[in-house]
Amino acid sequence: MTQSTFISALLHPDAPVPDGLSDGKGRPAGRRFAVYRNNVAVSLTEALQAGFPATYRILGDANFNTIAGGYLRASPPSNPMIHAYGDGFDRYLAGIAPLADMPWLPDLAALELALRHAYHAADGIPLPADALARTAPAKLPALHLHLAPATQVICTPHPLLSIRAQALGMPRPEDTGEVLIARPAYDPVAIPLPVGAAPFIKALCHMPLGPAMEAATEGTDLTTTLALLFQNEALIQPEKTA
Amino acid sequence: MPLPNAAGIGYKPQHYKDLMDTPAPVQWLEIHAENYMGAGGRPLAQLRHLSERFPISVHGVGLSIGGEAPLDTDHLARLKQLCDGLNPFSFSEHLAWSTHDSGYFNDLLPLPYTDATLDRVCTHIDQLQEALGWQMLLENPSSYLAFDESTWSEPDFLREIAARTGCGLLLDVNNVFVSAVNLGFNPIDYIAAFPTENVGEIHLGGHDEDMDDDGAPLLIDSHGREVADPVWALLMHVLRATGPRPLLIEWDTDVPEWPVLRDEAQRAANALAAIRMVVA
Amino acid sequence: MSNTLKLAAFAGAVATAMAGSVAHAEAKEKCYGVAMAGENGCAAGPGTTCAGTSKVDYQGNAWSLVDAGTCMSIELPAMADDSERKGALEPLTRDIPS
Repeated sequence: MTQSTFISALLHPDAPVPDGLSDGKGRPAGRRFAVYRNNVAVSLTEALQAGFPATYRILGDANFNTIAGGYLRASPPSNPMIHAYGDGFDRYLAGIAPLADMPWLPDLAALELALRHAYHAADGIPLPADALARTAPAKLPALHLHLAPATQVICTPHPLLSIRAQALGMPRPEDTGEVLIARPAYDPVAIPLPVGAAPFIKALCHMPLGPAMEAATEGTDLTTTLALLFQNEALIQPEKTA
Repeated sequence: MPLPNAAGIGYKPQHYKDLMDTPAPVQWLEIHAENYMGAGGRPLAQLRHLSERFPISVHGVGLSIGGEAPLDTDHLARLKQLCDGLNPFSFSEHLAWSTHDSGYFNDLLPLPYTDATLDRVCTHIDQLQEALGWQMLLENPSSYLAFDESTWSEPDFLREIAARTGCGLLLDVNNVFVSAVNLGFNPIDYIAAFPTENVGEIHLGGHDEDMDDDGAPLLIDSHGREVADPVWALLMHVLRATGPRPLLIEWDTDVPEWPVLRDEAQRAANALAAIRMVVA
Repeated sequence: MSNTLKLAAFAGAVATAMAGSVAHAEAKEKCYGVAMAGENGCAAGPGTTCAGTSKVDYQGNAWSLVDAGTCMSIELPAMADDSERKGALEPLTRDIPS
């Protein structure tokens, strides 16, 4: 029997148990094969439950597990790192017709993916809080600020943070449509950004502070934005070139 | 440096503080390699701190040594990066497969024991040992079914792999017991046929009881409870053949509070102490 | 006010906005926190042979919601800027700088 035959039977609950498998005592393997079916389906479903806790709470066990069953068969993990499983689950949710009245659900799943990405992202040395104050004023416009590998920005038309907070029983933040994902120390956070902060933070990726501020939308609260970046260790020291 | 012939546990992050503060009788830890292949963050930070205090054994669960497909070279590179940074005391993997062209299936799937699968497994182990630059240990699986096409017994298959590749063996005593009940063989015969001289580590874990279509007992290797009494008895039988060996308690589902796990580790330490008395 | 002066004032304002931030714990203490779940393991599933074999229709589009979970009761809050609460699903613009 090839492993393709084994996998094919594993993924199709209605498929017969492949020939050539027994209980070791001459009887057909029967539901013994289901142990493997069970392990694969349940372990991957549990990995998705753990990776998307708010999505799971909102859909409930039965709905979530049914969707997970479809997803794990359509998109099994592409590598053995289970902590990274679920890349693309947001897009899969977007394609499920009965979820159309929850148009914010795929964005919520994407937010949960971003948090997990932040949890496992590379470490960096946080930029000290007084980095700006210690820089000579004349040098501030040309100062390059480096985002930590965990730092991400999400723009969404949906009040994701409130929905997530409600699902997980957390205090409700004020949604602005712009979310900062960062990782102070080792625990990722998702916090609302002032309106207009997202394009400014994205600009910091490829231009120094002065031009990035010039390019920012008039009226954007850049003071709060930068304070949030510092407080949440979203900025790191550049890697030293020896 | 080899692992100590002492009690170890499979590391769970919820026990980090207990292990840093009051680890006795645990003298070494085993981690699942795939959980420490992220770029950074808490998992790797914890591992760095733990490795300053404990000998670490890296236990791979996703390399798919028994797979028809070639080893995933990306995954092998991740494994090498982890091991190069950590310099663990041991690396082990399973006689099983999990990766197929269509994806990774997150379970230890069984393979028939034939000349063809023997060649394949040996090729993969050669490749792995060459990449890592040291000897690995290969673990016997828990079996729920048998392949009609198998022409080798499991102990002979493992003996031949060890002889051809120079790898050591990881003997999971609970797996022997689970397979013996499920497939209807005598675990004492299995141990008698097993190349105990190649055993570099021993695993113990709890199993669940289920039933097959005919109402026959079907044991599930759940790692979700205390080690069963007959498995402790089988362990003593194994230890009389191997002498003291690094002895690991695996508890991966329904992970208990630290005192429960510590008591299990103490029981393992007691077993090693008892066998030292017998050997002396 | 020149850009340089604006920036200097701005740097001071950022520092003021951060005043009162909590000092961070030692690195080892930070390690004690909870792990985000989702791990590899080598144990078998939860002791049943049936969970993976239930005859569910795995075609996502043929699937219909059962009235479970919090989805039926979730109350959509308005956003702070009072933008739309519902609307067509828009592609997510997400930026993961590296």
